[in-house]
Amino acid sequence: MKEEILTTQDLHLYYGDKEALKGINLNFDEKGITALIGPSGCGKSTYLRTLNRMNDLIPNVTITGTIKFKGDDLYAPSADTVQIRKEIGMVFQQPNPFPFSIYDNVIYGLRIAGEKDKEKLDAVVEKSLRQAAVWDEVKDHLHESALALSGGQQQRVCIARVLAVSPEIILLDEPTSALDPVSSSQIEATLLNLRHDYTIIIVTHNLQQASRIADRTAFFMNGELIEVDQTKNIFMNPANKQTEDYISGRFG
Amino acid sequence: MNSKTQNKIAIGGLYGIAGLVVLILLALLGYILVSGVPQLSWHFLTAPGKAFLKGGGVGIQLYNSFYLLILAMLISFPIALGAAVYLYEYAKDNWVTTTIRTAIEILSSLPSVVVGLFGFLFFVVKLHLGFSILSGAFALTFFNLPLLTRSIEDSLRTISDVQREGGLALGLSRWETVTRVILPAAVPSILTGVILSAGRVFGEAAALIYTAGQSAPALDFTDWNPFNISSPLNPMRPAETLAVHIWKINSEGIMPDAKAISSGSSAVLVIAILLFNFAARYLGKRLYKRLTSA
Ligand SMILES: Nc1ncnc2c1ncn2[C@@H]1O[C@H](COP(=O)(O)OP(=O)(O)O)[C@@H](O)[C@H]1O
Ligand SMILES: [Mg+2]
Repeated sequence: MKEEILTTQDLHLYYGDKEALKGINLNFDEKGITALIGPSGCGKSTYLRTLNRMNDLIPNVTITGTIKFKGDDLYAPSADTVQIRKEIGMVFQQPNPFPFSIYDNVIYGLRIAGEKDKEKLDAVVEKSLRQAAVWDEVKDHLHESALALSGGQQQRVCIARVLAVSPEIILLDEPTSALDPVSSSQIEATLLNLRHDYTIIIVTHNLQQASRIADRTAFFMNGELIEVDQTKNIFMNPANKQTEDYISGRFG
Repeated sequence: MNSKTQNKIAIGGLYGIAGLVVLILLALLGYILVSGVPQLSWHFLTAPGKAFLKGGGVGIQLYNSFYLLILAMLISFPIALGAAVYLYEYAKDNWVTTTIRTAIEILSSLPSVVVGLFGFLFFVVKLHLGFSILSGAFALTFFNLPLLTRSIEDSLRTISDVQREGGLALGLSRWETVTRVILPAAVPSILTGVILSAGRVFGEAAALIYTAGQSAPALDFTDWNPFNISSPLNPMRPAETLAVHIWKINSEGIMPDAKAISSGSSAVLVIAILLFNFAARYLGKRLYKRLTSA
């Protein structure tokens, strides 16, 4: 039996008075890909952002329940959000490279953490870009602006940027929804490569994408977790009627 | 009348108004340049002024204008930057920040004469700084601070929140995100704002008349010891600037060529401000390009 790296218990989240998450219980094993699916507005992003405390940035958010990362309470008063976000990285829907060179983008986290050794930085840049499957396309212009890349390349540079700080968990919020199909499938291939080494949690509204890459799939609706299971069970043989309706395209 | 003709008339009216504005501006600029540029010469730009005789220049006033500008910027930029970063990146939306914003708003709409008189009473008289570069620089700081703060805040606003999230999600602290991601990304637009406000400061007269004073004692450009009274660097000497000079000549100039000197000075001022504006655009664009493209 694999270790559970991340656990959420009875998680509620309120935006002001509005309850956006209504008691989520969901755990993640180490390594592999979990997809979060569900109609838009059901709370997928909200849930994902509780996992690295990005919701802290939004005023008037109240969170109750417990989230534990390797046994430690993420929301304990002593928890260090900066450290948490190093171990639980995040990739966003809109590729958001910094307006600097590709090289600088990838090593930004490390450099700010004080790493100066040029050889080590070079090595990390190459390794991260290779892992993100974008090395061959950018290796000849590492010192040019990342904003000059295509959307798909930018997104993979953003993945490399996260990998460079060696997180354990990578959260992705609809990372391909702003990209063309070719770029999307490159990102999917990248994720499939990474699933052996990282715990990946990806929000997607693309059911085919979930079925192609996810080991496990969780179906959310109206702020509740309806069902979570091996991906093939969710798609072939869902236990819940709502899941079945959603999968078969009856709503959402 | 149908909506199509209505639309046409409205657009025509707007074009007319815009054209009129441009025309007035061009006429004004043209008049100043046509009457002023013929007065310009190396001698005019570098020689000291003459009170009673013809043939004086504006060298000292020109130098004073730049020196005051630099001092005022050195004082106001760090404060404005800090205030803008605080207001935009850190402050919560509550009554305190609303109060600060309103105060800035009010300060920025104060007539500069009022700022000048305040500077006179406070810096010149109360703090015994006298008519001096320093008094002038402080007055200009008051004049400049609200405008600069707002322009830097606007620059920060142009940096999308996805950049902030990107930094934070990478495990940078708030401070690191601001200083290492947001500010560098905002540099081109901040720079543009700084240069544009420099143009306004450069042309400011009313705030300086009673603070930096209306006299331009001779300067010894070989003496760079800031404690000597004739040193160009001395911050305690009175220093008439170009803009003040124009005002002064026109109100009480007694040199025989007052009209020519006034026209020449105006032309220098206008050209300097135009240069500031072009420099702002050019540098801002170039920096932005360097940061964002291949
Ligand atoms: N910052 C916010 N403030 C208030 N309500 C929000 C905020 N973000 C999301 N919501 C609301 O919370 C619910 C869940 O949103 P979200 O998690 O973005 O859904 P999903 O990612 O599944 O589309 C929606 O009803 C949305 O309107
Ligand atoms: Mg979402």
